[in-house]
Amino acid sequence: MMNIPLSITTTIHDWLFSIMPEGAATITEWVLIAAAYLALFAVAGLYLVLLERKVAAWFQFRLGPNRVGPWGIFQTIADALKLVSKEIYSNRKVDKFLFNLAPYFVIIASLMAMAVFPFSKQFQGFDINIGVFFLFAVSSIGVIGLLVGGWASNNKYSLIGAMRSGLQTISYELSVGLSILTMVLLSGSLQLSEIIEVQRTGGWLIFQGHIPAIIAFMIFMIAGTAETNRAPFDLVEAESELGAGFHTEYSGMQFAYFFLAEFINMFIIASIAVVLFFGGWLSPFGITEGITWFPEVLWFIIKVFMIILLMMWFRWTFPRLRVDQLLTLEWKYLLPINMVNLVLMAIVIWLNITL
Amino acid sequence: MEQLTNNKIKTEEYFINMGPQHPAAHGVLRLLLTIDGEIIKNVDPDLGYIHRSIEKMCERDSYQQIVHLTDRMDYLSSHINNGAVCLAVEKALELEVTDRVKVIRTIFDELTRLASHLLWWGVMGMDLGALTTYFYAFRDREMINDIFEETCGARLTMNYYVPGGLMFDLHPNFVNRVKKFLVDIKEHLPEYDRLLTGNVIFQKRTKGIGLLSKEDAISYGVTGPVARGSGVHCDVRKTHPYHAYDRVDFEEALFTEGDTFARYKVRIKEMWESISIVEQLIDNIPEGDIKVPTKAVIKLPKGEFYQRVETARGELGVYINSTGTKNPYRLKFRSPGFSNLSVLNHISKGGKIADLVAIMASFDFVIPDIDR
Amino acid sequence: MENQEIQKIVESWSDKLEFSEEGSEFLNVTVPAEELHEICLKLKDTPELKFDYLFCLTGIDWGEELGVIYHLESTEYRHNIVVKVKTADRENPKIDSVNDIWRTAEFHEMEVFDFFGIRFNNHPNLKRLFLTPDWEGYPLRKDYVDEENMVIK
Repeated sequence: MMNIPLSITTTIHDWLFSIMPEGAATITEWVLIAAAYLALFAVAGLYLVLLERKVAAWFQFRLGPNRVGPWGIFQTIADALKLVSKEIYSNRKVDKFLFNLAPYFVIIASLMAMAVFPFSKQFQGFDINIGVFFLFAVSSIGVIGLLVGGWASNNKYSLIGAMRSGLQTISYELSVGLSILTMVLLSGSLQLSEIIEVQRTGGWLIFQGHIPAIIAFMIFMIAGTAETNRAPFDLVEAESELGAGFHTEYSGMQFAYFFLAEFINMFIIASIAVVLFFGGWLSPFGITEGITWFPEVLWFIIKVFMIILLMMWFRWTFPRLRVDQLLTLEWKYLLPINMVNLVLMAIVIWLNITL
Repeated sequence: MEQLTNNKIKTEEYFINMGPQHPAAHGVLRLLLTIDGEIIKNVDPDLGYIHRSIEKMCERDSYQQIVHLTDRMDYLSSHINNGAVCLAVEKALELEVTDRVKVIRTIFDELTRLASHLLWWGVMGMDLGALTTYFYAFRDREMINDIFEETCGARLTMNYYVPGGLMFDLHPNFVNRVKKFLVDIKEHLPEYDRLLTGNVIFQKRTKGIGLLSKEDAISYGVTGPVARGSGVHCDVRKTHPYHAYDRVDFEEALFTEGDTFARYKVRIKEMWESISIVEQLIDNIPEGDIKVPTKAVIKLPKGEFYQRVETARGELGVYINSTGTKNPYRLKFRSPGFSNLSVLNHISKGGKIADLVAIMASFDFVIPDIDR
Repeated sequence: MENQEIQKIVESWSDKLEFSEEGSEFLNVTVPAEELHEICLKLKDTPELKFDYLFCLTGIDWGEELGVIYHLESTEYRHNIVVKVKTADRENPKIDSVNDIWRTAEFHEMEVFDFFGIRFNNHPNLKRLFLTPDWEGYPLRKDYVDEENMVIK
């Protein structure tokens, strides 16, 4: 698998080490990898936006973007170019430093999380042994960006949006964390590649853990959607209430960072779900197990897109919750269920009745 | 110290401007909100952003011209508004229009009501965050607009009614297209129900929100679906029938809960009633003249004339004070939106910002109708 | 209830009322400004009349006098009455507010104040609703002139 790209990386590695000293070569390699991930990030973000617009159009008897390129495939690239060329404008009374800092918090948090995903066996930027923990820690940095951006904008709507995002993320982080913990209990490892290896022999974790795993998946999907601030939990930018919420005052590329980060976050949540529940890059029933030329990264992408489509389906179907209902759902329902589920999972493992 | 002993944290009320440019205001309505955190303490409407002084213009214009101004008030029920002025003028001249005109006006009024409620349904979903409803609703509203366009030549401000009858006869395709539309809409409405009405989040967002009691509804002069959601029997089509409403069989949509969901149910039921009214009439449009001849310059006799009609938003009243000249001495439009707006502060106090948006969506404001 | 019966009841309250049905489909009663609030309260509270729905409140400029017209209906009996009140003071016209009887009057009186300049006593929040606070004059009065914005034929 991934023979061609891997041989390229090996070739580049050997070539770099042959022409420059070891230290310089390592740094160059880092830069190259970072550039590769940035490119991946940009393309994934842009095409998720396009996918969202297309999916929305299918839901609503529309055509969606169809002017720039065939089926509008260059539409979001054109949009991004437009946003890059636009003036970054802010009103006079904003807190300049924090205002300009906020988008980077959001985007860097999403970028860092991307690094640890095992897209396939060899295609992984950073196989840290506390992968799940790292992911979880990094992804919660993003909310600081939202809070800071909303505060620094000096706009009451932005402030309300920021406060909402704060309470929403803090609340739902618990549910995301606990449902991940449930699955970590089952897999017995925090390392993402290890978690996938566990599933190679025993089947996907959602089947291994049966009832508690399915409950954990459902809670993870609800909390994950809330974590990404998407409908029906899009209170942060509820356009009929707050205009555009925390990013009302942002323009140009700064706005684009917020916008792209939302889609990358969706990708991250879907990726976590795929790794923890659906066997990552493993093929279903091992159908491509022995085929060496088959790019296993494809399975990962397909699974991620299935989850993303599910999240888009939520968005284009459900109305939005109210703030107090959002908190009631988390603290009165999801959290207790999650805790009971964690114990249930422990019992299942203890009695050894996993599938 | 006292605050510490009471174990309370001090909070400060603040003001935000909702509008005149705000996605939930559906136009240029400006609400000055006093807010404590997310809880609304006071709602103070500030109007006039689209005031065109139609009442003053009416004092200058002839009666045929006035009809054209009414389209611009509540642009979603333009036929019904036209009808109000035409009926008032006909009442003053003691003019009896033909049966054909009455039936056609009834059909057009009901199609207008249907179009308006469809738009409302889409916007209600959108205000609550379900964007898909908007496009579903527009699919059907488009068909009504096409039907109107064929006969009247316009899609929004139709100017189809004139004092004494109608401007043109029906387009030959009219009956067939309306029948086809009725088949389609009857298929689509249950679909809409499945998408939004039964949704748990939607019901949680609307049930028990914005409670309006029957007494308050009457006292605040609230009319239309909003009042009927509180159990007030106020459908002008039933209480003071006009056009051909006395000869069709329909039920007044009445619910007694008085919350946002009841107002939603009233409008959904009204759509079904409108469909039934059109169905009853579409096959028996009587033959006859489309216009009773009037003088080129209409002069109303001296006196005061009042005509009430039921628009999609409630009761529209036209008060004409004539001194016997070709212009009214004073003409007043009692617009449904203006009276309905007056109750907004009363029922949205203590709710959240999101509740205010839901309540406003259920009131179905059209701002030019409030401002005139 | 028929107009005659309504007239009979209302007549007994005061001897300063003028009734007319000429040129109108409703029973019109002209009330002196100082008795307006009392009469309105009685119209609403008398069990046989129960005019609980103020469906139209119109300001009008009769040239010499300014006035307000109240269209009332009973949601129970479906009978109507029109109450008219006039004031000859064009500089500082004052009429009692009826917003404590029918809450809808609060907004409609603001509108009348905005366009006719009639000040309503005991109104909780009399402000210019449509026009800007610094607007000069009252546009719906017959003697209002604005050479720039008004098109007169």
